Amino acid sequence: MKRTVALLLMAALMVGVFAGCSNSDAEPSKSAAEYPYPELVGSTLNVYNWGDYIDPDVIGIFEKETGIKVVYDTFDFNESMYTKVKNSNAAYDVVIPSDYMIKRMIDEDMLAKIDMSKLENYSKIGDNYKSREYDPNNEYSVAYMWGTLGILYNTTMVDEPVDSWGVYWSGKYDNNAFLMDSVRDTIGMTLKYLGYSLNSTSKEELDAAEKKLAEAASKTLGFTGDDVKDKMIAGEAAIAMIYSGDAVTCMDPEEGNPDLAYAIPKEGTNLWFDAMCILKDAPNYDAAVKFIDFMCRTDIAAKNRDYINYSTPQTEVYESLDDEIKNDPAQYPPQEVMDKSEVFVDLGESVSYYDHIWTKIING
Amino acid sequence: MSRRRLNPEAEAASARAKMHKKPKFRLSFVALPYCVYALIFVVVPMVLVLVYSFFYHYENGGSFGFTWEFFARFFNFSDPVYMQVLWRSVWIALVSTLICLVIGYPMAYILSRMKPRIRGIVSFLFVLPMWMNFLLRTYAWMTILENTGILNTALQAIGLTDKPIQFMYSTGSVIFGNVYNFLPFMILPIYNTLIKLDGSMVEASGDLGASFGQTFRRVIFPLSLPGVSSGIMMTFMPALTTFIVSRLLGGSKISLIGDTIEKQFLSTGDYGFGSALSVILMVLTLLAMAVMGKYEKEQSATGGLLM
Repeated sequence: MKRTVALLLMAALMVGVFAGCSNSDAEPSKSAAEYPYPELVGSTLNVYNWGDYIDPDVIGIFEKETGIKVVYDTFDFNESMYTKVKNSNAAYDVVIPSDYMIKRMIDEDMLAKIDMSKLENYSKIGDNYKSREYDPNNEYSVAYMWGTLGILYNTTMVDEPVDSWGVYWSGKYDNNAFLMDSVRDTIGMTLKYLGYSLNSTSKEELDAAEKKLAEAASKTLGFTGDDVKDKMIAGEAAIAMIYSGDAVTCMDPEEGNPDLAYAIPKEGTNLWFDAMCILKDAPNYDAAVKFIDFMCRTDIAAKNRDYINYSTPQTEVYESLDDEIKNDPAQYPPQEVMDKSEVFVDLGESVSYYDHIWTKIING
Repeated sequence: MSRRRLNPEAEAASARAKMHKKPKFRLSFVALPYCVYALIFVVVPMVLVLVYSFFYHYENGGSFGFTWEFFARFFNFSDPVYMQVLWRSVWIALVSTLICLVIGYPMAYILSRMKPRIRGIVSFLFVLPMWMNFLLRTYAWMTILENTGILNTALQAIGLTDKPIQFMYSTGSVIFGNVYNFLPFMILPIYNTLIKLDGSMVEASGDLGASFGQTFRRVIFPLSLPGVSSGIMMTFMPALTTFIVSRLLGGSKISLIGDTIEKQFLSTGDYGFGSALSVILMVLTLLAMAVMGKYEKEQSATGGLLM
């Protein structure tokens, strides 16, 4: 018996060891000179992006076109990306953080400047997505996607119009609502509900938000990350905080759940921008520039938009969309919603106070 | 993380080695690979954790020095949030261990009384789920226990309930996950002591007129204590330090000390505080081991480990 077990275990181990090597050594059929950037052929590019935030085919297309090997890694929230880049020796070239995190990384000298004139496709990005507060001189970041934070709700469990963050305190959805496992989003949402700025650094306002949020946290079903999509599609809860593109994915009549609906609360919300950056100590800076340029190409940007359903900063891609999508308030919210929304700014010293509050909330 | 390296197998092995009373300390070359391994993966990380927990350093100023700050943050009695987390973790681990013992002991006993052929197959079936990754097994339970999961759908289909029962996102589901994942670690050591039990003692007890209950209470159970104590240790320690079960089955709502440590390293980036928490957890684990070790010493060492 024991011998059989041991043999089987060995076999399982062997399979595991060799499975990793199956397709990595496929020889390129072209010679290096036939690729557009011969000097980069065979080099490795490390990309660090949000989970579920790219059409997976796109990486293959890039590898095939350039002969550059892409090592793709994902994170779930800005904070975990920052910690990993800052503290570990993991070397990444391209990272795709959000606005306030880009600002923080610029301030901490973690990002390399990008010469936008070297990007053939830079002009395709709409002017509204350049020179934003987090990178006023367009030196460090190239817009990738944008969106909002809102509420995804299941219309079979909610029979009132959802138009306020107040649903988390209405008492109707105790043990039936998910909060987001993200310090800025969840505290920000509470601040907004209380009528404050979601960038507040006032101790009084933050303490008020902590008290309010603790109330919601004690009645929440759980804190979610990317798993929110699967859970909401399955009908696990009535209400969840969600990013706009994920909401669109969840509401898809074929792959999602048609009972779901998305609302941007009337108190206003977070308007965010994710942009591609190159790290200061990027081992393969040149390939990183090529990758960012490639991601801005209209066909690629369109492919990514179709796949992940976030709002595109690319003018041509936007123009080519169906009216149905262009007029979808979840994806391209009307001006009055935008006016009430705020972009996160880096909190500087107050980061640790936010962390302190957050620790108490999730350990409560 | 290094605290995971402090595993019961190595500890119990060294405890057993001690009992075999070696006449002379001789470092044979066969032990060398293990020593190197232990140095790199056990000693060095533990030293690093200790250093991180007692020294601050500021990257920009480059300053570096001794501090109690990280421990003070834990033992902050005016705001005992971390002590509460630790207390909750200990409590959940204790309950999980107790349930494992209550389920595991009879199971191990039944197993040890089976015919050798069947016993082999059944114990193999016990180990079988452990071939699959721990994370995957826990994920599988999510699909079973969710409100819209397999179990609730089935219960509603046969009309036992009309509304889904909330299995997930509670202390109960975290305990359940622990029991499920760590039960084999309780059963196998007990089973190992029970099959090595000298049958003639049980017979003698019967011959002297003891009922089965008396035999069990006065003979079998005391003789199986070494197995019980190593079972308790091997269940309690992983249950205390686990961090992913609570995230998956508890919906991140039931935060355990393992989750808090993980957060310090992966999202807050506070290595000092994370290390201090790890040190506190290690001390606690060592204490638990010392207590259990006392029991083990009193018995002759038949308390084996898996297989």
